[in-house]
Amino acid sequence: MVTDQGTVFSVRNLNVYYRDFHAVSDVSFDVAKSEITAFIGPSGCGKTTVLRCFNRMNDLISTARVEGEVRFHGVDLYSPEVDPVEVRRRVGMVFQKPNPFPKSVYENVAFGPKVAGHQGKLEDLVEEMLTKAALWDEVKDKLDQSAYALSGGQQQRLCIARAIATSPDVLLMDEPCASLDPIATLRIEELMFNLKQDYTIIIVTHNMQQAARVSDRTGFFTVDVQEAGKRTGRLVEFDETGRIFTNPSRPETEDYITGRFG
Amino acid sequence: MNAGSSAAEAVANSLRRRRSGVGGLIFEVGLVVSLLAALGILATLLAEVIQGAVPVFQDRGWGFIRGPLTLSSDTAGVWLGIVGSLTIAALVALLAFPIGIGAAIYLEEYAADTRFTRFVTTNIRNLAGVPSIVYGLLGLAVFVRLVDGIDGAQRNGRSVVAAGLTMAVLVLPIVIITASEAIRAVPGTIREAGLAVGATRWEVIRHHVLPAAAPGVLTGTILTLSRAFGESAPLLLIGVTTGLLTIPKGIGILDRLLGGYTALPVQVFTYARQPGDLQDHVAPAAIVVLLVVLLGVNAIAIVLRNRWEQRW
Repeated sequence: MVTDQGTVFSVRNLNVYYRDFHAVSDVSFDVAKSEITAFIGPSGCGKTTVLRCFNRMNDLISTARVEGEVRFHGVDLYSPEVDPVEVRRRVGMVFQKPNPFPKSVYENVAFGPKVAGHQGKLEDLVEEMLTKAALWDEVKDKLDQSAYALSGGQQQRLCIARAIATSPDVLLMDEPCASLDPIATLRIEELMFNLKQDYTIIIVTHNMQQAARVSDRTGFFTVDVQEAGKRTGRLVEFDETGRIFTNPSRPETEDYITGRFG
Repeated sequence: MNAGSSAAEAVANSLRRRRSGVGGLIFEVGLVVSLLAALGILATLLAEVIQGAVPVFQDRGWGFIRGPLTLSSDTAGVWLGIVGSLTIAALVALLAFPIGIGAAIYLEEYAADTRFTRFVTTNIRNLAGVPSIVYGLLGLAVFVRLVDGIDGAQRNGRSVVAAGLTMAVLVLPIVIITASEAIRAVPGTIREAGLAVGATRWEVIRHHVLPAAAPGVLTGTILTLSRAFGESAPLLLIGVTTGLLTIPKGIGILDRLLGGYTALPVQVFTYARQPGDLQDHVAPAAIVVLLVVLLGVNAIAIVLRNRWEQRW
């Protein structure tokens, strides 16, 4: 049974366009605090696009246009007085492929707090974050070595440490295990369980078992192919994960999770 | 059973059948010949130059290096050319590098991909292909007049400063292009990562994009120094001294910068035009000095780059 502890994100009638291409149509749902919310669905259904609305990463694509509301603690993220830089300090992100900076392990974690004007000892903060990311014991003797010398799984945990170093409320994870082996994946999933105490997590995943294992709520997206081959993503169903995987209310969801489609 | 073994035999036979490699062999020989031809031409050139230069270095040695620009083969030297060329290179590094790298950062990181920016980029590429003599005309029209204006009526603006400005404009498009390419080669995932932790665009560029692009930017800009070093045509247009040049002892740095000057390639040109010893021996010796100084400047630049560069 999932208990509501407050709403972090509230999405209403979200539409995303790339130039005149309608990528995501009319999505509405709420993300609850200190839960893990998973987005599943076939490729091209817009789940990553929706995820990138939460920290305004879609701003980087000059042709992208966002309509509707994305409220973060009640504030519309897309209202003109909101500074996207501040949004990204409060909403961390982990990407599909580990993308550490070409710098030392230490600098990877310290960069975010440094540019945010962190007061206090950076060394302590870096240790704390690496510990939270379950990486400290493996890297404590090579803090000044290249982040590229770490394994893929370690790099991804370093990216998690980097993402939580600005003490965000939310952690967005865009298929964080897509390029990792099953053991590294397991470690990330364990880590997500621990991080859930302090952070609200939204994860996009292609792996339905992963969504079933880690998440409290799941949104199932699908893609409608219109005439002229235009593909528009929409949210089919958003519910507690247990219900989505055992007793979904929509036939499309059932088809997808039982493997009849996608 | 029978069918299976015959299929296996067919596979085995086809594996053993080596293709005859006549075409490949001819191709490989052709490649080696091309390489040898290039090397051979270079070697002949070097041999010829060094052979001509040897007597000068044997007879006069250091005196040749320290000698002035005159048309007498006994006293002619390259010192003023070395000083002039190094001054021009320094001015180019000082002017063209910051402006060029700045323009490249703007084009790659800030400018939106509009028809106008594409038009600008294309034309920068075109500018890189404009013959150097055209830049000489520009230098004459703009910089010689400009320096003349600063200096008053005393001189006529034919100075090493005007030469440095002209050469800086000449290499600017190349600096912009090479720096742009190096910046573009930095993976977008690094920019995303930087922005995602709440850095501003400038912070991401300053801390991540530029350090990652630095080796490529520096390699490109070092190459442009060689270009500035080797050009002579624009200098001839903007009034470099080709005849006789002596710089009085004890004059101030401003007078040196605004007075007459020469450059190594121009000295080679000057000496090579005179018949006799100047053409046969002094000019080759000047070429040797030009090559050595050029290699020296490049070597220093490469060492500096490698020291700066931090490999991860």
